[in-house]
Amino acid sequence: MPLYHTEDQAMLADTARSFMAEEGAIAKQLRHWRDQGCKDGFGHGLWKQFAELGLTGVLVAEADGGLGMGHVEAGIVLEEIGRNLTPSPFLTSAVAAATALGAGNADLRGRYLPGLLAGDSVFAVAIDEGPKHRPERIKTRAARAGNGFRLDGAKSFVLHGGSADMLVVAARTSGNDDDAEGITLFAVPKEAVGLSQDAVRLVDSSMATHVKLDGVLLDADAVIGEVDRGRDLLNKVLAAGRIGAAAESVGVAGGAFGMTATYLKQRKQFGKLIGEFQALQHRAAHLYSEIEIARAATIKAQQLLDGGSDRAELMVSVAKAKAGKAAALAVKEGVQMHGGIGMTDEYDIGLYMKRDRALAEFMGDVYYHAERVAQLTGY
Amino acid sequence: MSDLAAFRAEIRAWLEENCPAEMRQPARDEDDVCWGGRNFKFKSDAQKAWLERCVAKGYTVPDWPKAYGGAGMSAAEAKVWREEMNRINARPPLSSFGIWMLGPALLKFGTEEQKVHYLGQIARGEIRWCQGYSEPGSGSDLVSLQTFGEDKGDHWVVNGSKIWTSYANKADWIFCLVRTDKANKYQGISFLLFDMTTPGVSTKPILLISGNSPFCETFFDNVVVPKAQIVGELNRGWDVAKYLLGHEREMISGAGGNDRLNTLGPVLSRAGLEDPLLRAEIAMFDVDALAFSAMGEKFLDEAKVGKAHPAQPNMMKYAGTELNKRRYELLMAGGGSAALEWDSEASGGGSKARTWLRTKANSIEGGTSEVMLNVVAKRILDLPGA
Repeated sequence: MPLYHTEDQAMLADTARSFMAEEGAIAKQLRHWRDQGCKDGFGHGLWKQFAELGLTGVLVAEADGGLGMGHVEAGIVLEEIGRNLTPSPFLTSAVAAATALGAGNADLRGRYLPGLLAGDSVFAVAIDEGPKHRPERIKTRAARAGNGFRLDGAKSFVLHGGSADMLVVAARTSGNDDDAEGITLFAVPKEAVGLSQDAVRLVDSSMATHVKLDGVLLDADAVIGEVDRGRDLLNKVLAAGRIGAAAESVGVAGGAFGMTATYLKQRKQFGKLIGEFQALQHRAAHLYSEIEIARAATIKAQQLLDGGSDRAELMVSVAKAKAGKAAALAVKEGVQMHGGIGMTDEYDIGLYMKRDRALAEFMGDVYYHAERVAQLTGY
Repeated sequence: MSDLAAFRAEIRAWLEENCPAEMRQPARDEDDVCWGGRNFKFKSDAQKAWLERCVAKGYTVPDWPKAYGGAGMSAAEAKVWREEMNRINARPPLSSFGIWMLGPALLKFGTEEQKVHYLGQIARGEIRWCQGYSEPGSGSDLVSLQTFGEDKGDHWVVNGSKIWTSYANKADWIFCLVRTDKANKYQGISFLLFDMTTPGVSTKPILLISGNSPFCETFFDNVVVPKAQIVGELNRGWDVAKYLLGHEREMISGAGGNDRLNTLGPVLSRAGLEDPLLRAEIAMFDVDALAFSAMGEKFLDEAKVGKAHPAQPNMMKYAGTELNKRRYELLMAGGGSAALEWDSEASGGGSKARTWLRTKANSIEGGTSEVMLNVVAKRILDLPGA
């Protein structure tokens, strides 16, 4: 398959680009909700609009009422989200949680997917247990109790947890903290007794929670997939979230770079446009190259994932790491090349820097994924 | 089964039957590379058989038209060919500046007669070409070149000299930029082809820091070149030259290479990986290498259907060569003192150290990294005054 978009995908990209540029623009969404101190950090009205375009069902099977598309298409939407810094629960709900729910039974899918498709529901994924992404170690326990399970533990960096109607929680039903096996995924409704969340505002104005699971009792029908054998499903959820975050990073990088390139053609110093200075031209050209390469790695990983390739896992880590590196460079160069104005809150370039930092940590940073590349290639 | 799947099965079966085992491992050094040409000495029967079998099918230039010695593969088929070759680590049957550089230029600018004649020779590996571009006073500023062709009616008489002419001493013919109008800088250059055995042509290898001499000085002393041996129009050779440079830069970037061979971690010795900081740098390198390999694939896919920006080969050349230099820095660090050996048998005659030094030319030859960044800034980013 060639590494560029098909005609259908190009059409979707056009739709997503104009929708996000108009409805998801920084002034209209990110700044608007941030300046109001919104407890969700995003607008439910926009989420409904996502649904009206069918986007919330991009990864939901057609049989369940979704579009039945793949990670290339989800990535198209995420790149535009990144370019406009559009705050939305798309990545956690329509990508990560939807991937988990897709493996659930008909009852579970019937319980949660219609809300997602309608843009009424928001979901979160609760995987991390410390400040760094370490899904190989899961301490949160789920013990058999009565008809179902009792969950005890703590989760952190649960994006949109406070707004979520349901949390996908990775817990251990058997074995030791570091075992690969013994993992089960649960759909925990927000009203579950024993579930408490402390909301925190992050550097990019998005909202996350620290989750406590204190004897949360769940019926057996809250299990997503199979008991004790949830590692593969967790890996699928992680792959979906990681490649989605990579696509969003490419968008963040592209947005920051676009602003910066424009500025280089407008700002005058020493009687010249600053874009005439070779010192800046070379850095801009290098940055362009890094972003192009990150985009290529990302679409390659998306295609491999959609095709079920055994190299998908490797390329997802390559893409997450490379997109993270490119976006970090884009926002740093962006602020530096803007000079003093780049340090002001009034100007948008700093918002890109903040979003990049949060995305970098989501589901593994560049160091985590470079380590994975080493391990997956046998060293 | 789709047509492409059937095609893949056919290629796979053909390779299985025809690619000799010895040709299914990476070239260890320069001697393992098959360059063809009048005076080429095959290193082994397998190398010879591999070339002959590919020539018979047009597989040395799979996406060239059959009439010119190719196999007439579509873009999608050529990609399958590359993937299947990479899958078994097959060596290219023929490496040639004719294939990578002159061929694409002839396909675009050559007359029908030139295409049939020269492209056929290239496809069959009969003529080895060299490139006469740089001159002692014209490096990055190539267009200032001075080698002059004086009009003598039915021929030119060429005088001047070239430098950094790769393998000029082994080449049979040269494609050469010659000034044919001293009054016009850009529109005063013609793109000429001539035989290196023409009286007045001489070469002198240049000893490099690697201890090898892949580059030469090339001298022209009243060299007679018939008028039929021009590609494109008189004084419009710069257009041909630039088009060819795009392909040269693509070639040097390494796009379309085998990513299993491009990652470092898997090929380093245990000793090289014991140092955690070195291992970490290698892992970061492998991220970049695998990402660049996807970039190469994307670039080739887009180029085939005209979606790539025309200046994109400059970006590819910049990124690919900087990556390759990093690769060899890390290979040397990973190899430790063993990689320092210069002529021992164990080191293959210092192949690692010599290749490491050779890679330093990657970001100089065919346009320096700095020039590549200038071109990207101007033509892709449209920055002012660039």
